[in-house]
Amino acid sequence: MNIVVMTDNPTEKQDSTSPVVEVNSLEQSTQHRLQVALPEFTEQATDVGGETVGNVRAENPFMVAENVNVYYGDNHAIRDVSLEIGKKQVVALIGPSGCGKSTFLRCLNRMNDSIDTARVTGMITLDGEDINRKAQDPVALRARVGMVFQKPNPFPKSIYDNVAYGPRIHGLAVDRAELDSIVHTSLERAGLLKEVKDRLEDPGTSLSGGQQQRLCIARTIAVNPEVILMDEPCSALDPIATARIEDLMDELCEDYAIVIVTHSMQQAARVSRRVAYFHLGHLVEVDDTDRVFTNPRHKLTEDYITGRIG
Amino acid sequence: MSDTHSTAEKVAAGLGRRRRKEFVFRTLGMFATGVGILFLAVFFATLIGNGASAFKQTFMKLEVELSADIIAPGGELDLVYADFDGLTRAALRDKLPDASGRSQRREMYRLLSAGAGYQVRDFLKANPHTLGTTQTFWVPAASNVDMLMKGNIDATIDETLRPLSDRQIAWIRSLDEAGDLESRFNMALFTNGDSREPELAGIKGAMMGSLFMLLVTISLSFPIGVAAAIYLEEFAPKNRWSDLIEVNINNLAAVPSIVFGLLGLAVFINWMSLPRSAPLVGGLVLTLLTLPVIIIASRAAIKAVPPSIREAALGLGASQMQVVFHHVMPLAMPGMLTGTIIGMSRALGESAPLLMIGMVAFIVDVPTSFTDPASALPVQIYLWADSPERAFAERTSAAIIVLLAFLLLMNLAAVILRRRMERKW
Repeated sequence: MNIVVMTDNPTEKQDSTSPVVEVNSLEQSTQHRLQVALPEFTEQATDVGGETVGNVRAENPFMVAENVNVYYGDNHAIRDVSLEIGKKQVVALIGPSGCGKSTFLRCLNRMNDSIDTARVTGMITLDGEDINRKAQDPVALRARVGMVFQKPNPFPKSIYDNVAYGPRIHGLAVDRAELDSIVHTSLERAGLLKEVKDRLEDPGTSLSGGQQQRLCIARTIAVNPEVILMDEPCSALDPIATARIEDLMDELCEDYAIVIVTHSMQQAARVSRRVAYFHLGHLVEVDDTDRVFTNPRHKLTEDYITGRIG
Repeated sequence: MSDTHSTAEKVAAGLGRRRRKEFVFRTLGMFATGVGILFLAVFFATLIGNGASAFKQTFMKLEVELSADIIAPGGELDLVYADFDGLTRAALRDKLPDASGRSQRREMYRLLSAGAGYQVRDFLKANPHTLGTTQTFWVPAASNVDMLMKGNIDATIDETLRPLSDRQIAWIRSLDEAGDLESRFNMALFTNGDSREPELAGIKGAMMGSLFMLLVTISLSFPIGVAAAIYLEEFAPKNRWSDLIEVNINNLAAVPSIVFGLLGLAVFINWMSLPRSAPLVGGLVLTLLTLPVIIIASRAAIKAVPPSIREAALGLGASQMQVVFHHVMPLAMPGMLTGTIIGMSRALGESAPLLMIGMVAFIVDVPTSFTDPASALPVQIYLWADSPERAFAERTSAAIIVLLAFLLLMNLAAVILRRRMERKW
């Protein structure tokens, strides 16, 4: 079995030795348990690196990844992942730290471009068009595929300017009135308008953590993207703020396709229609959320969702 | 499980040693800081002690008859060639009538500064109708008079060992008793260029030279340095070449400044035929000198911008250029400006490279353009420190005080700019 070093957050320079040890021990313990635990379902798959079990196809595919591989230098971080993301649906990517789910997410709007050593192979299409083709400008792609990050990262500007930034650089508003209405609608949809409408000129960084994250969501939807990528959007938030963001996702998925990376199984169960379980760069299992959580078909998935891995 | 009881005992056993080490380290730190403060205090005390008196200067009261017989013998006043010294000397003769004979009179005349005549000339130039009247002037006394009044010449030692004779000292005392000598603010120090006469020497020429130089330096090194830093940090591919460039920039920051002077001499003066002793060339040389400092500081400032801000902008679809100019630059600007001002402070205090390009010449005229011959503040200090006259010693210290005041002002500006522009995220 190949041992792969993976970094959860590829922008951070990490000591390459420590993840090896971690992954290694994790893998050994997994194998150990696999040998000890008696399979309850004989049809359950147990290997890592085999075919993805479940159903990678979506009913109404909008974004399609076929055989995607990602390399950071010599590290093979994502191995042969195929996944379809349907319109108006929330797909949750789950898996232990370092399994490549964030890396995969960053392939979907080509954020890996900014890492010199990163190399992506395979085919990713958005509405039938290859997003990695030469003629595709990443700027145009990112206007269609928005992203919300793990840590709330508002610009050190006013709340208004934070939301207006995207429309401004893309020239989405012809005049101030239109820009005002975009800002108001976006804040409204992000459920933030009531709290900030009297202080739009205050710095975005003066808000609380949960408010900042909703500001970042408002900033993302102000560009009116077709897909929203969320990289552990609630990991820095308290349960109340998390609940608000989850409600928000329920509303937003009526218009957008949402891909969310999360470490919280409960969150995945609450917000997503489909779940994809990643392990060591492999996509192990994809299926409807209910099905994965009630009846996982892969041993690794079961171990993870029952708390035996990760 | 570990035995908590034994853990507590082991910690307690080592506690005394840890505290002792901490105490020793603290004491050493306090001692080191104390030594630093002591040296600084001694430095400032001697500097101010030596230099403060240069801001005062002894002036002599003279009732000068603007006699047309002496300065306009042909009926026409010639401002260039008229004998204005004759007027002031006549006035001094009236004050000290006991001087007899040519040699005694010459001794007496030496109490007057060479600037006394010029002062009368300037007055007449501005007020031509006063010709023929008697006016009261406060003219600068000779530097030796000033030195005696300030107690820098010991009147008790042997006559041959001091610059003033017994007779001159007696005259000075009598003038002082009559109230004809007065210590006034030394305006000449700030309004005049250099001079061989200490009482007429000023640092305006050097200040203007430094100012012109810094203007050239800042207008070149800030844009070039910041542009280079942004390119290297944000756009340049990270490979062997960029590593090589980085190493070389770091090395350039450590190159002795006189080497930059030699480079400037070879390139700007010999090859490009720019004028010698000019602030333009000085500014170019100082640009070379400060560029590495600014590039390094700006790159550090750009690196300190959190990656989350870049990602946020990239994720919204901002182009690399928009990320840099909308987000990275505003956040890095305080650091860049601080680096620039530190570079400028270094440039202001630099003298060695200027010696190489001829800015060490004795230049009386205050420069009015970038190509006029000029000196600079630190070079002026060097020139005065080299002069034999006793009165230049205090002027050297005074010039150092002025230079330090400029440096303090620039650093203050850096702090204020930083405070103003710093944003939290």
